[in-house]
Amino acid sequence: MTLRTEPFVINMGPVHPSTHGVFRMRVTLDGEVVVNLEPVFGYLHRGIEKLAEERTYTGFVPLTDRLDYVSSMSNNFGYCLAVEKLAGIEVPERAEYIRVIMTELQRIAAHLVSIGSFFNDCGAYFTPFLYMFRERERVIDLFEMTCGQRLLYNYMRPGGVSQDLPDEFMPALNKLIPQLKKYFEEYENLLQNNEILAARARGVGILPKELAINIGASGPTLRGSGIRWDIRRADPYSIYNRFEFDIPVGEQGDCYDRYRVRMEEMKQSLRIVEQAAKQVPAGPVRSKVPHLIRPPVGEAYSHIEAPTGDLGFYLVSDGGIAPYRCHIRAPSLMNLTALRDMIVGWKVQDAILTFGSFAITMGEVDR
Amino acid sequence: MTASLSAPEIVKQIQAHYPGAVSVVSDSALLVDGKSLAEVMTYLKNTPGLDFNYMTAITAIDYFQHFEVVYNLVSMEHNHSLTVKTRAYGRDNPRLPSVVSLWRSADYQEREIYDLMGITFDGHPNMKRIVLWPEFKGHPQRKDFLK
Repeated sequence: MTLRTEPFVINMGPVHPSTHGVFRMRVTLDGEVVVNLEPVFGYLHRGIEKLAEERTYTGFVPLTDRLDYVSSMSNNFGYCLAVEKLAGIEVPERAEYIRVIMTELQRIAAHLVSIGSFFNDCGAYFTPFLYMFRERERVIDLFEMTCGQRLLYNYMRPGGVSQDLPDEFMPALNKLIPQLKKYFEEYENLLQNNEILAARARGVGILPKELAINIGASGPTLRGSGIRWDIRRADPYSIYNRFEFDIPVGEQGDCYDRYRVRMEEMKQSLRIVEQAAKQVPAGPVRSKVPHLIRPPVGEAYSHIEAPTGDLGFYLVSDGGIAPYRCHIRAPSLMNLTALRDMIVGWKVQDAILTFGSFAITMGEVDR
Repeated sequence: MTASLSAPEIVKQIQAHYPGAVSVVSDSALLVDGKSLAEVMTYLKNTPGLDFNYMTAITAIDYFQHFEVVYNLVSMEHNHSLTVKTRAYGRDNPRLPSVVSLWRSADYQEREIYDLMGITFDGHPNMKRIVLWPEFKGHPQRKDFLK
């Protein structure tokens, strides 16, 4: 007897545990094999770029928190750099160091979420995730100590940061650094030679080098494909040229490589934090910036290496108190461009894994 | 540091091949005529020495008289960058050639501009709304939306 089969269209998401938010993949399946995939965006579109046009330059900072909401500090940083470039604002030395410490800690916290949820997608439900969250909690405690918030920090301002570090911050940070090192070692012991992980993630979801560049991928997605491109090195901003750190890259661009790059990056971030913590000078944390910033007519583009990749802000000023136009280059959106190419021909469970290995945040994709 | 290339020199170089297609707007930005956009972009991507293989961002700005579309190009090989601007005219049906065939990173970004700004990119393989639903009327990023 022969069985007649036909392609089957299934909606993965918008509410699905593997979609990391509200993302929908319209998948056409032939048995277990994906034969077509169409990503559907927009469930979290809040029109943040339009909202920027109705807010003052400083008033937009809290909205940047809501882009990639697991790495608010980086978003604050990127936006403030763009405003400073546009208006020619100087940043005091101490504020630069605080910013670097905060964004690198944020990178660790964000990568912990990414890796944790990547293991969820692998099928290791919530055990690795909770390990990761144990350490993330310690980092978040430092943020809470500094600005009172645990997720959306609203900490940086054009010209510096909103308030100085509390006295108990540096001792707590110095205590946390060796602990994090120990924890990273623990992860490696548990995961590095894990056969199940290797069998599941090696060779799956390959993003070739040329394609990665062509789709404008950035961050761990690009570096996982073996391209040594990190904005902190390629186009150094703030004071990143003062620190020593390596840029880890993958070999063939599969899910495993992207996971490895994140793991190694956390160690490098810790290295930067360690160096910065020793050098923080005393002094003011915010330069004298008027309450309403009126940058001269013109435009500025500034980008940083956020945990998801190359986060850019393009600001246009007409001389008023609000941006005439604020465009956000969202790395998560660009990284998804090749999703279809990478998933078609693979099985459903690989599709979930591949999608998870990008570690996108819908707040940034839809904006 | 990503060096930003001197626009006047690049303009001179392009003028030799495509007379009248480009002009200088600032030290690091050049303005391309919408009709020649595809050729100039191909030239920028494939000419040895320029090699702009990485297109980072596309932005559209509404200036009422025209729409300005800004492309940020980067060459990973030489670590230099260039800002390319072009203009689309008319509010009913502004059109520009698509650059998806050169850089696929333009795919979602051009769709986003089409969705929010209402500029159609000719040659785009899938020109439809990306964040708003298909029945939505108007383009909310425009300055005169709901006014």
